[in-house]
Amino acid sequence: MSKSLISIRDFSKEEILHVLEAAKGFEQDRSRKILDGKVVGSLFFEPSTRTRLSFETAVNRLGARVIGFSDASNTSVSKGETLKDTIKMVSNYVDLIVMRHPLEGSSRYASEVSPVPVVNAGDGANQHPSQTLLDLYTIMQTQGRLDGLTINMVGDLKYGRTTHSLLQAMSHFNPTFIFTSPEELKMPSEYKDFLDRKGIRYIETDSLEEHLNNCDILYMTRVQQERFTDPMEYEKVKDVYRLSASMLGGVKPNMKILHPLPRVGEIDQDVDDTPYAYYFKQAENGLYVRMAIISYLLEYDTNR
Amino acid sequence: MTRTDKELLIVSALENGTVLDHIPAEHVFRALDILGLKGIESQITIGINLNSKLHGKKGIIKIADKFFEDEELNKLALLAPYATVNIIRDFKVVEKKKLQIPSEIEGIARCANPKCITNHQPIKTRFKTVPKGNSISLLCHWCEKMTDIKGIY
Repeated sequence: MSKSLISIRDFSKEEILHVLEAAKGFEQDRSRKILDGKVVGSLFFEPSTRTRLSFETAVNRLGARVIGFSDASNTSVSKGETLKDTIKMVSNYVDLIVMRHPLEGSSRYASEVSPVPVVNAGDGANQHPSQTLLDLYTIMQTQGRLDGLTINMVGDLKYGRTTHSLLQAMSHFNPTFIFTSPEELKMPSEYKDFLDRKGIRYIETDSLEEHLNNCDILYMTRVQQERFTDPMEYEKVKDVYRLSASMLGGVKPNMKILHPLPRVGEIDQDVDDTPYAYYFKQAENGLYVRMAIISYLLEYDTNR
Repeated sequence: MTRTDKELLIVSALENGTVLDHIPAEHVFRALDILGLKGIESQITIGINLNSKLHGKKGIIKIADKFFEDEELNKLALLAPYATVNIIRDFKVVEKKKLQIPSEIEGIARCANPKCITNHQPIKTRFKTVPKGNSISLLCHWCEKMTDIKGIY
């Protein structure tokens, strides 16, 4: 069976470091046509411009070609074709599949049906491992290391899949976490239990100011309206945190602010001009990390 | 005749076969289903709402001339954690055992996550069983969400 990337847990610490190292190479030389002649299927059952463009650019820069769709409504899926049949069909044509789907577990299923590697580009609120790897790459880039850092995660820690995956991935590197969220959006206990079992320290707070000055990474997230069933609940928490340049007076000099983007109101525009803002560079890094993921999975596959 | 032997006789005696005792009364029919006993040829005797000293009302299933692999029986462990299995040969209990919770279960419970792929496409459910306090939870192989064992049947 080929190696797929569905959940960040599918990669060992060594594999994570290997991909980050490869990404560094792609950042230095962003057009290496090492996958000339390969074809990648880009199956976006739900629209996502940002992630899709990043993956497709990565494929193109590696010299491979892309087939696929960016919206399932004009494919056989709208005629009622099962995911299994779509994947069986496409995997006959391509060397690797990049897939986003609104249902959770869909990518894992696709990887078990497909003979070629599958990269999960988001399955509902579940996993989005390329985002996690680009977060790690960015942390490494800004701090020069991954070990022993203090990461302050802010915002929706309950529904935000990026924070959950980042927590799992960082657990290899002896971190300290600060979880900043309103009561309604606290980190779920299953993740705190996971940290307890691994002996990793964490602090919970509802105040953004409280721990701003002692973290290395400030990982801001958006409160996603689509996750709320009760609009009143959303109104109550949507604007609780608003980071502005004036709050950054006492932060550590190496501190960097990350955000998976898009942002709404949680980071003021005036933060963009401070030396701490790093979210646009973070988004750019997505390209190099995705090039590294795709080439790693295809290389792994051909070496078998 | 020992007390246990007599209790097993309440429904009707079995010469050879398997007696499943201490099944929660409300889950007896589901248990028949999980063990694939619908439509088999063997004689099956069922007791429901029998008195149980430990667990209120219990159910009992006796299947003549049928012996199960542990793996098949353990599928019942989530539904009936206190069930006992009695192997009967020549009217005597020759072996008595408890069910073991399997590390993985397939095709039995439903995933509680409404957005899980298994609730939308014809895909078998698959879970890892994870200890949680003195109960267990089910970790979905597909969507990676936890399902509480209460209310999955």
